[in-house]
Amino acid sequence: MFRVIMRRHSVVAIWFLAPSALGFLVFYLIPFAMGLWYSFLDRPNDGSFVGLANYKELLNSDSFRKAAQNTFLFTSVSVPITIALSLLLALLLNQSIYLRNWLRTAYVLPLVVPVASVVLIWQVLFDWNGTVNSWLYGFGLSRIDWMKSEWARGVLSVVYAWKNIGYNIILFLAGLQNIPKDYYETADLEGAGTFHKLARITLVYLTPTLFFVVLMGLISSFRIFRETYLIASDYPHDSIYMLQHYMNNMFLSLDMQKLTSAAVVMVVCLLLLVSGMFALERRFTKDLD
Amino acid sequence: MLLPIIISFTNSLMTEQEIGSNYDLVGQMTNAATGGKDAFVNLKLIPDWVSFEQYNKVLLATPTYLNLFWNSVYMVAIIIAGQVAVGAFAAYAFAKLRFRGRDRMFFVYLIAMLMPFQVTLVPNYIIADKLGLLNSAGAIVLPGIFGAFGVFMLRQFMLSIPTAYVEAAYMDGAGHFRIFHQIIIPLIKPGIAALIVLLFVDYWNMVEQPLIFLEDDFKQPLSVYLSVVQQEARGVGYAASVFYMLPMVLLFLYAESYFIEGVQMSGIKG
Repeated sequence: MFRVIMRRHSVVAIWFLAPSALGFLVFYLIPFAMGLWYSFLDRPNDGSFVGLANYKELLNSDSFRKAAQNTFLFTSVSVPITIALSLLLALLLNQSIYLRNWLRTAYVLPLVVPVASVVLIWQVLFDWNGTVNSWLYGFGLSRIDWMKSEWARGVLSVVYAWKNIGYNIILFLAGLQNIPKDYYETADLEGAGTFHKLARITLVYLTPTLFFVVLMGLISSFRIFRETYLIASDYPHDSIYMLQHYMNNMFLSLDMQKLTSAAVVMVVCLLLLVSGMFALERRFTKDLD
Repeated sequence: MLLPIIISFTNSLMTEQEIGSNYDLVGQMTNAATGGKDAFVNLKLIPDWVSFEQYNKVLLATPTYLNLFWNSVYMVAIIIAGQVAVGAFAAYAFAKLRFRGRDRMFFVYLIAMLMPFQVTLVPNYIIADKLGLLNSAGAIVLPGIFGAFGVFMLRQFMLSIPTAYVEAAYMDGAGHFRIFHQIIIPLIKPGIAALIVLLFVDYWNMVEQPLIFLEDDFKQPLSVYLSVVQQEARGVGYAASVFYMLPMVLLFLYAESYFIEGVQMSGIKG
């Protein structure tokens, strides 16, 4: 019986999938496979196979290492902090109904502000003569050259959090409302404390939501490049020189070998990361249902 | 949270002179220039004089804006319509049909969705070249239509629809196309609304793709030009960004009830 269903489904599935799969093949899969192939050649046109030479060169390049390190650092710090902050706010917003809808709208609105406007405001706030520095000056502190020092990373994280918190909050609120109330009631009867309930009920049942939020967070952490690019162009301060800057610059200098091998390295990292997340998710949600 | 929106709006109502005097210090290192005296940008929220001078420049005096605005509109509209349609079909297969290699294939989509645009930049460039799409909107619109995000998101929504519905309809003799069209699509309307908003936000802001695939300045979307304008004329920049933000805010307010319900649903079955 199952076999029959499988076969019948397969035929239908082809029709449903065909348009997407075809476009996906042409615009994503083939480009990626080509990139993979180029990364093993010594030059894109009629190049000969050089094995891992490009990768060796890439890993020895200072600017790649810098870019990879920055991207890793930014993603591994900003994404968890933003998610933790959103979870905290969502837990708070879940308590009081008062003002909730207004706050929710206020938190989500940054998502619709165009990147270019964010950049404009950003300049005004974080310029050497900008407003934040004038506040610092007002408190008698010395001003900071935000975008041309190590602080740039912090500023970038703030902008990232500002943009993404609202979206995460909504996801978490939805997840929270989805946890059956009687779980908490039972726990109350058994005399469980607030912390115990948070750890054993709330966080456990939020795991699927968390998975989705982390994926979205990853995507948007790569998108922050747009803001950085618009404000600081091709070569921003060292601390915010990201992999995307590196790849963009390799493209502009026509160094396809470095560009494609950097791309492959990045995708392999993503693959490992997402597989790891899947494995973790499976382990945590095994006990559900 | 709302400060940037407020600043853009109130500053867009100031005259060029007022803006100029408020912000003429941006980008300068004034410590030396002012003889050691510290000076700051004047972040003013309330204009001295409400003026529509900037809007006049953006909307009437410079036809470029409207032209580029139109470029943005039609590219984004085609991408959204395409990705929603193509994505919904694929999502149905991934969520409600059983076939060999389904999960593995979906994993590939997931990775593609996470890849930054730069990863496939070179091959994409070559493919666009081979298909004769360079310097035309097609080079941006076609990859956009087949983006994996729509598939991913709509699949999430379809997963939250009980499979029993589908099976019951199937037992009653409805074909999969009919189930898709008459049961699934009406049920995931909130998801579609949410997807439209998110895609709009994303593509309305595109910068990298147009810069690389479009050579002619008059073919660029407004998002690219906006950053150029803001470097050159800050005053006009504010008005242009408000003008540019407007479709997004309107769409967002219109779709918000849908959208919030929609995003919530997608969170259910992470």
